[in-house]
Amino acid sequence: MRKLWIGIVILMLFNACKSNTKTALPILGYKTPVTKTVNGKTVTDTEYATIPPFKFVNQYADTITQKNLDGKIYVADFFFTTCPSICPVMHRNMLNVYKEFKDDDNFRIISHTIDPKYDTVPVLKRYADKLGIAGNTWWLLHGEKGDTYKIAKSYLQSVSEKNPKGEYIHDGFFILIDKQKRIRGTYEGTDPAEVTKLIADIKTLKADPDQITAK
Amino acid sequence: MKIKAIGAIAILLIIIGASCQSDDQIEFKRYYSGGSLVYQQHCQNCHGDKGQGLSSLIPPLTDSTYLKQNKAVLACFIKNGLKRKITVAGRTFDDDMQADDIAPLEIAKVLTYVSNSFGNKMGTVTLQQVQDDLRNCK
Repeated sequence: MRKLWIGIVILMLFNACKSNTKTALPILGYKTPVTKTVNGKTVTDTEYATIPPFKFVNQYADTITQKNLDGKIYVADFFFTTCPSICPVMHRNMLNVYKEFKDDDNFRIISHTIDPKYDTVPVLKRYADKLGIAGNTWWLLHGEKGDTYKIAKSYLQSVSEKNPKGEYIHDGFFILIDKQKRIRGTYEGTDPAEVTKLIADIKTLKADPDQITAK
Repeated sequence: MKIKAIGAIAILLIIIGASCQSDDQIEFKRYYSGGSLVYQQHCQNCHGDKGQGLSSLIPPLTDSTYLKQNKAVLACFIKNGLKRKITVAGRTFDDDMQADDIAPLEIAKVLTYVSNSFGNKMGTVTLQQVQDDLRNCK
């Protein structure tokens, strides 16, 4: 009888842990308290950092702004096509994300080139074709260098000019953004295990009531 | 005392075990394990941990026929890079591979690793072979 009780307790603990993993993803980035007056009452709310408006061009030479991502969950990263170090690893892993969600019109991947001088629109199109991506799920974005470097900061990413050896130094993170354009996760794009977690987190985020109702 | 005796027997067994391998086998193992480290540092980012390449951007290293047919120029590919169209595993690749000026011994090791991994089985690529091949690079 005693053993049975122990067994039940263990089972309950196990189930408790299981339900914990279902909790919503955190909201990352800077938070600012905002005090507003609603119906004559003063309330303080937390405002989360969001990705600011932008304007870039994709591999099809279409202009892409933040409006094209309205109502969509998306993943962003920074790369360049001639990158000999981490980019092939990142995009080998990102292909798994692409394959998982390519039929979902409310999901996008955007990859910003940090070498716009070489990575012109035709170069990006050629890269996309060779990578084996088609349609509008995964956009490779070209823009002014200053604009790209500025928006990288909003994604909490560090990118910089070529070092004396002629190499670009940049972070290899994949950043998950929700429909309200808030950061919900960062993942080491070179690590297959982290990218598997990203895929799981995208599914969790898609099922979040807050995301289902958002437009 | 007992521990010492067991230790002595163990060492003896290891020595006997090692001496059973031919010099060729030992050389192969040394090249192969050294080559796996060179591969991780110089090749794996692009060609992948399983030699799978990346779509049509980076060729896989799993095409044994290609490797056999081009055995004599593989060392040159590593040292001088590759800037022409090639057909591997039935697909064409025309992006540049960067030159990587590593020592001939490292080339021999990494070629031994690649040509005996990912489903390939071509035996040891010796330092002598690599030095000869490098002299004939175009």
